Amino acid sequence: MILAATPGTATLLVELGAILIALALLGRLAGRVGIPSIPLYLIAGLAVGEGGIVELVTAREFIESGAQIGVILLLLLLGLEYTGEELTDALRDQAPAGAVDLALNFTPGLLLGIVLGWDVRAAMLLGGITYISSSGIIAKVLSDLGNTGNRETPVVLAILVTEDLVMALYLPLMAGLLIGGDALDIGIEISVAIVAVLVALGLAIRFGNRISALVFSRSSENLLLSLLGLALLVAGIAESLQASAAVGAFLVGIALNGPAEHGAREVLGPLRDLFAALFFAFFGLQINPADLPPALFIAIGLAVFTAGTKLATGWWSAQQVGIDRPGRLRAGTILTARGEFSIVIAGIAVADGIESELGPLAAAYVLILAVAGPLLARAADPVARRLRERDARRRVEVSRAG
Amino acid sequence: MTEIVETKLPGVGTLHDFACQGGKRIGVITHHSDRREIVIYDRDDPDRVSESIKMTPDEARILADLLGGTSVTQRLDDLRQEIAGLAIDWLPVARHSPYAGKTIGETELRTRTGVSIVAIVRHDRPLPAPGPEQELRAGDTAVVVGTASGIDAAARLLARA
Repeated sequence: MILAATPGTATLLVELGAILIALALLGRLAGRVGIPSIPLYLIAGLAVGEGGIVELVTAREFIESGAQIGVILLLLLLGLEYTGEELTDALRDQAPAGAVDLALNFTPGLLLGIVLGWDVRAAMLLGGITYISSSGIIAKVLSDLGNTGNRETPVVLAILVTEDLVMALYLPLMAGLLIGGDALDIGIEISVAIVAVLVALGLAIRFGNRISALVFSRSSENLLLSLLGLALLVAGIAESLQASAAVGAFLVGIALNGPAEHGAREVLGPLRDLFAALFFAFFGLQINPADLPPALFIAIGLAVFTAGTKLATGWWSAQQVGIDRPGRLRAGTILTARGEFSIVIAGIAVADGIESELGPLAAAYVLILAVAGPLLARAADPVARRLRERDARRRVEVSRAG
Repeated sequence: MTEIVETKLPGVGTLHDFACQGGKRIGVITHHSDRREIVIYDRDDPDRVSESIKMTPDEARILADLLGGTSVTQRLDDLRQEIAGLAIDWLPVARHSPYAGKTIGETELRTRTGVSIVAIVRHDRPLPAPGPEQELRAGDTAVVVGTASGIDAAARLLARA
């Protein structure tokens, strides 16, 4: 029984219930059609925000808080996927691929922002949006296509690892730059934040076992509360150091291993799905659908170009480890998907209000590549087969001619 | 001798694969979530998995049994014999274990977990019935007797970095 059920509570519950049901229906639709659910959640948010079909009033505040928890859980569970050893190994072995990835995919966004006459910081945020591939979508596509065991997959995964590590430094950097002030203040702010991240990363790798043993509990209730508490606490501390809450949560995820990690994935997985859905919806909610069409043209151009640069990144990196052309094509196409982390970066820009054009552009961009990425990855093998057959025919013709 | 190639898949797990005499390559992915995946490589495109079968840990165990069990898993089964609530097990002392270099008495293993160390294997030589003054060294294997849950706890203590 809800005591003192005010009309406000009733509206809140009805609105929340309605949006969750809408998200659930869209999720099913996405599953049926075979595309990731992220773009549909964005569209749902667009529909219930300012200028949408209906405007949520009461639930907005709750969704906003939920969205913040959603980012933290997204990054926490991403960190869980990695052990400290995997991070250091990937950095040692795949640094060249990571550098090529950064150069080819950060630059287009950055340059476009500058060409559009934006503040340099807004342009750097757009660079981040075009740089980072969606680990969530890519992991799903790899598993759906049964490509996890492919020879090019370690290359793809290593690129994702380096991207996530770059994020851990990029987010505090942007947070520091966005606060502004004189150059010395910004410099100190950013240095403190980045040193804090590096120290925390070192601690997470070194003392992960001990931290994991401390938070582990056989009771899933206790485990859930201690994990969530720890993640939120560290995220809050990171935020107050201008190192970004998301990065704090990512580091907690890296520190956890063993039974605590297994348990965390089980108890936090459903929670992540809930709050991450709210996060994507909230991002859509902040954007007026009327702003999308003007941004669409640029978004399509940027999407096509940066799909190309990701393709080149994957192709080149796979070639370096002796993968043949079909595998290079698979590595390139699967990397084109952008998703949750582009939205995380765009969310920072929207919250800061630095550039009003950035939100709609990022939304349109992610809508395009979150859908196109998996489709391109699916098309890679048929295309490779056709190329091979064409080559074979050509060889036959050449030998006849000769 | 078949050469098994190990590949780390960051964020996913580990892949082991080898070429069968017939020419096909087969591999097993051990996911971080403990799920297993069997992969068979394409003949035309050796970088590509043409068939992948995802398995729960239980299904993987059934398959291993059907294949006659490996010598590795058979040995593991033999190692841990449980007799009505009492188990015996072989526990390695990890290199970074805080117990390496301490005497058995100092570890207070029996007080903490109810598990007794009945022997130590060092460089393949047994040191039977060690006293509390006996020192544990990194790389030793402790032969322990206790309840199953006690042994799990002891294993965590000894392996902890």
